[in-house]
Amino acid sequence: MTFAAPLEAKSIRFRARSFVAFTLTPEAPMVEWLQGLDHWIGNSPGYFAGRPVLLDLNVLKPRPSEIAALVTELGTRGIRIYAIELEGASLGPELPPLLVGAKEATTDGLLPGRKGQDEVSGKPEGKAEGRAPDHRMDARTDAASVAKGKAGASKTDESEPQVSHYDSGTLMIKAPIRSGQAIMHPHGDVIVLGSVASGSEIVAAGSIHVYGTLRGRASAGALGNTGARIFCRRNEAELLSVDGWYITAEEMEGVSRGKPVQAFLDGEGLRVETLS
Amino acid sequence: MGKVVVVTSGKGGVGKTTSTAALGAAVAKTGKKVALVDFDVGLRNLDLIMGAERRVVFDLVNVIQGTAKLSQALIRDKRVDTLFLLPASQTRDKDALTEEGVGEVIDKLRSVFDYVFCDSPAGIERGAQLAMRFADEAVIVTNPEVSSVRDSDRIIGLLDARTMRAEQGEQIAKHVLVTRYDAGRAARGEMLSIDDVLEILSVPLLGIIPESQDVLRASNLGSPVTLSEPLNTAAKAYIDAARRLEGEDLPVVVPFERKGFLDRLLGRRAA
Repeated sequence: MTFAAPLEAKSIRFRARSFVAFTLTPEAPMVEWLQGLDHWIGNSPGYFAGRPVLLDLNVLKPRPSEIAALVTELGTRGIRIYAIELEGASLGPELPPLLVGAKEATTDGLLPGRKGQDEVSGKPEGKAEGRAPDHRMDARTDAASVAKGKAGASKTDESEPQVSHYDSGTLMIKAPIRSGQAIMHPHGDVIVLGSVASGSEIVAAGSIHVYGTLRGRASAGALGNTGARIFCRRNEAELLSVDGWYITAEEMEGVSRGKPVQAFLDGEGLRVETLS
Repeated sequence: MGKVVVVTSGKGGVGKTTSTAALGAAVAKTGKKVALVDFDVGLRNLDLIMGAERRVVFDLVNVIQGTAKLSQALIRDKRVDTLFLLPASQTRDKDALTEEGVGEVIDKLRSVFDYVFCDSPAGIERGAQLAMRFADEAVIVTNPEVSSVRDSDRIIGLLDARTMRAEQGEQIAKHVLVTRYDAGRAARGEMLSIDDVLEILSVPLLGIIPESQDVLRASNLGSPVTLSEPLNTAAKAYIDAARRLEGEDLPVVVPFERKGFLDRLLGRRAA
């Protein structure tokens, strides 16, 4: 007995998408890099859970056998690699696919009006000031040709008190940011006129200006803008991060605490300097 | 139409229930009709602090579920006849509260009373959110400790987001009540100063209640300190806070450590 499948002209949905993923760039020596990674995961458990992570091996340039070991090693830490970047490599079917043509995400690269982007999580990544590079992650867009963005406002948790967009790029918040609130702004600068409480978080593609005391976490240039800076009238921050390079409260020297500061990248890492 | 005031804090054990009772009693003594509503379903305490635990027949959950009328559940205070208590149920949990039910009860209370004080449970979950849901004003009870202040900050964020007024684009009036303030410890820098607390929370100050054994004793005896010992410094601070809540413009005095004769003689410094 045969069945004739009803022939319906069903078009296949086939679209290009672009979205933001995190890129891990391992560097030799591997033992130390993995220790650094473990330390990082210890501080932020569950950070990688359910997130697509790219493995950029262009710095490490490992042998094919080492790649499998590395992917397994990361797998045991709950990090799922969904593609590998390595120029000129050919990977076996047991490994995640090779990715070509990836670009770093920048604010310019994001299409205007592409708001509420797929999980642009700008949690702190990278490394601390004044140490040899151990690990660094950046958010990148795996840009396929057409970007289909979702329209919507910048994502914030719970409330967004008295917020106004001055021009297309800048988000101004006229009320204090309370503990537990998270401000995500993937299009430009964030200006906060009040204080930013301990236990809150600001993530911006551009710079962050806080005209009160910064006690929470601030991540500027979260989509890969090395020129972004963080300014605050009084630095009591839990964490400052620019383009994935971060520094925690513990690592900030005593001189920059309680003072007006700016944080920026100077080619070697993140610097926190007092504003005179 | 009466005013609905939620007394909340985020953190537990900072003095929400004690403050609800003391403020409510202080306002009621001025002749205003006051209802105290315990929202801590499952862990009710307000009835004990008010000394009404042996008179509870019906409770908030009964009223919401329609098994009792509001007038049956309200308990009139024996000392101040404009003061009423709506107790929580001890045998149920917070899931027994529904938003519509709470809204109806609050609406009825609002039409009868001048002030409705809602004693919020600790935490930021359902119970706490329902307690603040229909409030016009909020008293945020904070101890001058870092953990308490951060939790209060979280609660203020919720007040600005999850209350009916906030959702309608209106502001909810917020006041900070600093409790268990120990002048000696503050002078030695062992607790946050009032300035630090206000700077972090950026909410106006309603009052500073000094740490006092009398407040605890009054609570255990089932009488708010503002009724049992109105001349006590903590009671006075509560009475002043209640007057500020009613809109009176009273300056807040930060309590200082009283130095004894011997201390002064020996030249001992507080700092």
